[in-house]
Amino acid sequence: MRMLPVLIRLAWRYLWRNHRRTIVMLSAISIGAWAMIFMTALTRGMVDQMITDGISVLPGHVQLHNPEYLDDPSITNRVSLTEAELETRYADAGFEAWASRVRVPAVITSERESRGVTLLGIDPIAERDFSFVDYDKVDGRFLESPDDSGVVIGAKLADTLDTEVGKRIVLMSQDPDNEIADRGFRVVGLFHANMETYEDTYAFIGKKTAQKMLRIGDTTTEVVFFGNDYRNVEPTYEKVAAAVDDSMRVSRWTEVDTYLGTMLSVMDGFMLIWVVVIFLALSFGLVNTLVMAVFERVREIGLMLALGMKPASILGQIIIESMMLLAVGLLIGDALAWLTVKPLESGIDISVVAKGMEMFGASSVLYPKLHMDDVILSNVVVLILGFLASLSPAWRASRYEPVEAITKV
Amino acid sequence: MNIVLRLAWRNLWRHARRTWLTIGAMVFSNTLLVFMISFQFSMYGLMIDNTLQVFSGHMQVQAPGYKDDQKMRQVVLDVQPLAERLRGELDSETIAARGWAFGLASSEERSYGIGIYGVEPEFEGNVSNIPGLIKDGQYLGKSDAMDIVIGGMLARNLRVGVGDELTLLGSGLDGSFAAAVVTIVGVFESGVKEIDRNIAEMPLGAFQEVFYMEGAGHQVVVLAPTLNDAPLVERRIAATLPDNLVVHDWVALQPGLKQAIQADMSSAFFMYGILVILVAFSVLNTQLMSVLERTHEFGVVMALGMRPGRLGRLVMLETTLMGLIGFLLGAAVGALLTYWFSVNGLSYPGMEEMAANFNLPGRVYPQVSLLKTLFGPAVVFLFTLLAAVYPALRLRRLHPVEAMRTI
Repeated sequence: MRMLPVLIRLAWRYLWRNHRRTIVMLSAISIGAWAMIFMTALTRGMVDQMITDGISVLPGHVQLHNPEYLDDPSITNRVSLTEAELETRYADAGFEAWASRVRVPAVITSERESRGVTLLGIDPIAERDFSFVDYDKVDGRFLESPDDSGVVIGAKLADTLDTEVGKRIVLMSQDPDNEIADRGFRVVGLFHANMETYEDTYAFIGKKTAQKMLRIGDTTTEVVFFGNDYRNVEPTYEKVAAAVDDSMRVSRWTEVDTYLGTMLSVMDGFMLIWVVVIFLALSFGLVNTLVMAVFERVREIGLMLALGMKPASILGQIIIESMMLLAVGLLIGDALAWLTVKPLESGIDISVVAKGMEMFGASSVLYPKLHMDDVILSNVVVLILGFLASLSPAWRASRYEPVEAITKV
Repeated sequence: MNIVLRLAWRNLWRHARRTWLTIGAMVFSNTLLVFMISFQFSMYGLMIDNTLQVFSGHMQVQAPGYKDDQKMRQVVLDVQPLAERLRGELDSETIAARGWAFGLASSEERSYGIGIYGVEPEFEGNVSNIPGLIKDGQYLGKSDAMDIVIGGMLARNLRVGVGDELTLLGSGLDGSFAAAVVTIVGVFESGVKEIDRNIAEMPLGAFQEVFYMEGAGHQVVVLAPTLNDAPLVERRIAATLPDNLVVHDWVALQPGLKQAIQADMSSAFFMYGILVILVAFSVLNTQLMSVLERTHEFGVVMALGMRPGRLGRLVMLETTLMGLIGFLLGAAVGALLTYWFSVNGLSYPGMEEMAANFNLPGRVYPQVSLLKTLFGPAVVFLFTLLAAVYPALRLRRLHPVEAMRTI
């Protein structure tokens, strides 16, 4: 251990003896590290955005339904608890946000066209914080209360229907007895969403209005809950599940939207693979550098051994050299990544491929995100693998026979 | 054997380990590139084929504006005669006329809003895979009977099966109220939720009757023999169309598809680029070392009259040899790996859920092709040569006497 400061000094000096080689290797490591982190930040930003968006449309980290509802989203499959009963169970449970809502398929008809939509009967005040609609950016106005008699539809749908704020449309669905339930509404607002499909799909009306129109008293079809972290929904899940029996189905968002749920784990896996692939591509150069570094100083190593330096110290010195090379390269790479990601964090506009990104479920602005965890992960993986890769050349160096080594030309 | 070539070859093996490590870097990247590129393009091919074969076809004749608005009144007049004429002119059976309308389908228990296609049953199977996906009952017959086929999920949600009746409500071309009672003759399962939940097909004749179409429809779908023939077919069709009709290719019909591929491609090529650059650095390092350690030796041969240019060529030749070995080995290993997966298929956990979003199967069999095999390694080879330029150029600055003094 006493040797350590000496070894570190030796390693550092050896590194700069052949500065060209070191610089080439450093550049390679820096570019590799930069690419790892930059790519990770892009992907992370995209996936985060996708999931945040996705969860705000579902919405919720955890949802409560009638067990039949997810396969058959019909008005007959309602939550068996009334709103008052839900209130007593969940009002003080400490969720970030929660809301009960009516969600049924419906047909919307203007003077000219009809289309299928998902009708949402909501309490606009309860949903304000998590809604995918920004209430302030609605043309016209958003719903103001659960009793609101207007309808808010997407700007895209309004185009298709040839309708606009102030005009009337008819919404048609069915009541629990399969009687047609319809009602005329005045369009009070047009919302904009970052994905066109949302603008095509959803029509918002007040929850009380919906219950009256569909003749379902004070029942709803789903209850949605938000915790504080989408990656850890278990606490929320348990709280929701504890308050109801088996006649209700409680689902995490990963179960409701399996594509999104899978996306998260596939992307985590992909990032690890990417880091390892980059490292492997680097490792050839790294081992090569070490082999050369040992080769060109066989005589010195022999001399040191002859003078009584322990083989373990030689081994240590080569490994320290390799770790220093990696650490410096990683530092430069990290700095580069930080410098390139920071200015981009306000968003990269990729609307030229907006429709394509929509297929992935992502929006047309990419917000790269530098997560400390990802940076640490990639650095640690490189250091650990780098350590393993340098073992072999270092081991060889420490096994030289002093006499043979000194006399080697 | 040429003396320079022999010299280069021997120089390469002076440090066998170093050379192999450098070649190793190339083989690693090449294998990865060959495999990834083959896999990626197989996915794109599948994505395009699977998506286009559902409804869009390679191109469609429509009224201007219909593509974006899908309004009932943006019609193609006399759509069946037009399709018939195109079939004759292009001598092709893979052309079919369609109408589309939105309507409310009601069973005894349930009502859902759905999209209803009016199709030519005898030709629809040539342009769409839906007729082949009937799981229950059969596809529409040739007649213009009031028959309908619906998606599996829709059938479950409506609680109906083959033989049951559905009531359709909608509005006709002139805006009047349209209603009909139709009999379910078949149920299809495409595996795509949106389609299985929202789509029904009925014979075009019956469709025109129900929605007061008076012979009009909304689209003529054309499938070219292959995707590559599509532009030619499109030009031929465009030339014969009246002014009030347009033909849209698949990129216009499915803008998301091409863009998804572009987005995926750019991120993939960014990654490939990084790999190639890392290999180039590896080569640069090796060649720089090999030049530097031979400074003394180079000084001697220069003093004996060898020109620096020739020495530079020697270094380039060494790199070329090394690059060629990496090229051949990498391409071979990559092609073998791809071949293995082309037989056994490739799947990863979570792929099924992700793939369904893009009309892809949960297991993909990438195809080996010469172009996709050679492209990646060729780029690596090129960058290998580029990387050796700096070490080779350094030789020009070499002064024989000084060079000989270095140890």
